[in-house]
Amino acid sequence: MASRAGAISDGALRVAGPPRYWPGRLLKHLVLLAVVAAALVPLYFMVVNALKTDQEYLSNPYGIPRDATLGAFGDALRGGELGRWLLNSFVISAASVILSTAIAALAAYPLALMRWRPGTWLLSILIALMVLPPIVLVVPLFQLTADVEQLNTYRSVIAIYTGLLLPFSTFLLVSFFRTVPRELLESARIDGAGHLRRLWSIVLPVSLPALATVATVQALWVWNEVLIAVVFLQSEDLRTLMVGVTIFRSRYHLDIPLVMAGMVWATIPMVALYLLLQRFFIRGLTAGAVKG
Amino acid sequence: MPRIPHPAHRDFMRLRIQPWLFCAPLLVGVALVFLWPLVSLFRYSFQRVGSGYIASEFVGFDNFRFIYKDPLFWKAIANNGTLLLCVPILIALSTILATLLFDRVRGWRAYRTFVFLPYIVSIPVVGIVFGYLFQKNGLVNSALGSIGITGPDWLGSSSWAIWTIMAVIVWKELGFGVMVFLARLISVPEDLFEAARIDGAGWWSRLRHVVLPQLAPAILFYAIVETITMLSWVFAYIYVMTAGGPGNSTVVSEYYIYQQTFQNTVIGIGAAAAVTLLAFVSVLILARIWLTRRVEALGV
Repeated sequence: MASRAGAISDGALRVAGPPRYWPGRLLKHLVLLAVVAAALVPLYFMVVNALKTDQEYLSNPYGIPRDATLGAFGDALRGGELGRWLLNSFVISAASVILSTAIAALAAYPLALMRWRPGTWLLSILIALMVLPPIVLVVPLFQLTADVEQLNTYRSVIAIYTGLLLPFSTFLLVSFFRTVPRELLESARIDGAGHLRRLWSIVLPVSLPALATVATVQALWVWNEVLIAVVFLQSEDLRTLMVGVTIFRSRYHLDIPLVMAGMVWATIPMVALYLLLQRFFIRGLTAGAVKG
Repeated sequence: MPRIPHPAHRDFMRLRIQPWLFCAPLLVGVALVFLWPLVSLFRYSFQRVGSGYIASEFVGFDNFRFIYKDPLFWKAIANNGTLLLCVPILIALSTILATLLFDRVRGWRAYRTFVFLPYIVSIPVVGIVFGYLFQKNGLVNSALGSIGITGPDWLGSSSWAIWTIMAVIVWKELGFGVMVFLARLISVPEDLFEAARIDGAGWWSRLRHVVLPQLAPAILFYAIVETITMLSWVFAYIYVMTAGGPGNSTVVSEYYIYQQTFQNTVIGIGAAAAVTLLAFVSVLILARIWLTRRVEALGV
């Protein structure tokens, strides 16, 4: 079909440049629109139903709300638990991201910028650890955490997330630090700046976009993580939002606007971050493929 | 005047000791969260792990013998195998979409934003919302009903559930592939594609002779990452959408390990299954290291 249409227009519109390809372009747009529609269906369902009352949902489960209400959003927060879970997720994500970025930046400096033989080996080990199945670590970590009586604490989970993020963060920062102009470092060296000084006043300032990239990717990962949150934070008021929403769903599963409002609350922070910092997300998540 | 070169011992400090100091926090973190747990895991896999006043006991290969005789373990492995079918599907779809976007159709940036959006939304939210959409009388079946097809009970039937989960995984992971491939295509020198366009090569022949060869490293990377994902990073989907059910039909190896360790509290059995999973995945991990080194050597 498409190719025949293309052939016809090919003959008819030879002179005009761009219009020659219009059926092909239309087809491209149709394919892309179909994919975008598929990508948005669940989000559409989530948002439109969060804006309905329970009664309206029963009569109109898929359409646009006839008179939209923000009531469900308030109701979702009213129990207090959702807010508590949001706070937990926020504290845990922020602490792990800050810690692991700091540790990774410190380690990435010699790995990227110093001639240091063990560094090559260390990097290979980090790449291997990056893809280690988390479940494999969770089994012993749980036992070890129980042995030191640190289950159900913020600090144990923050320590675990920080550790799990380190290989990825270090690896990514190494590849970014390698692009720092050598002349800058060289002139600092001649001025007598030590390595720590060079890291702090040259490498870090010019790597702010890189640090933002690493931090956003880490935040996305911690915010959305489930397995560790399920296993290590079992008391109700320590739950993270991602585990919380599954509890929320089973508790209110008949009141769909309420459940969907909870889902929207859980989704807003990361989607907002993504829309604001899109280029950092894309750069961070694709870095492994394009740059080493 | 430039100063006289550093004394030898300062050079030694700078070149030999300082890198270790800079890496010390990293090494401590890695030792605590990766190495020590891994060593313990191997130890547990040969033990009946005690708790409180009950001491752990060495049991040789009993734990491994148990899981290899457990049909549920094999069912879990088979389900991971089924999920691997997502990988070629994801590669094909990502290639097509990345190529379309790379042609700079009008509004490609907006398309890109939306195609990537599912990758940002968390698995629990995705799983819960899809759970409603795939209900027996949910949106999907209503849509199918309007064109005269009676849809199955997507997540409630043991023969359909794993396929439904596959569809959700593809939905979520696709954006990542598109993004990786697109980033790769953008990093390829423009004139290569320009030459093909000037030669009048059609869409298909450009794809085959220009785009695919250029994409090869990215495809390999994505294939390895997604294979690892299907074998060992799908816990959240199962946990949220089916909890392994109905009738254990969607238990995957991670979920099996989780159940044995945290629900049946037989940590030794869970550890043995984890060691087995690790053996499967380590081949892929080696492939990943090899690939990264190769890409670096090429200087891409």
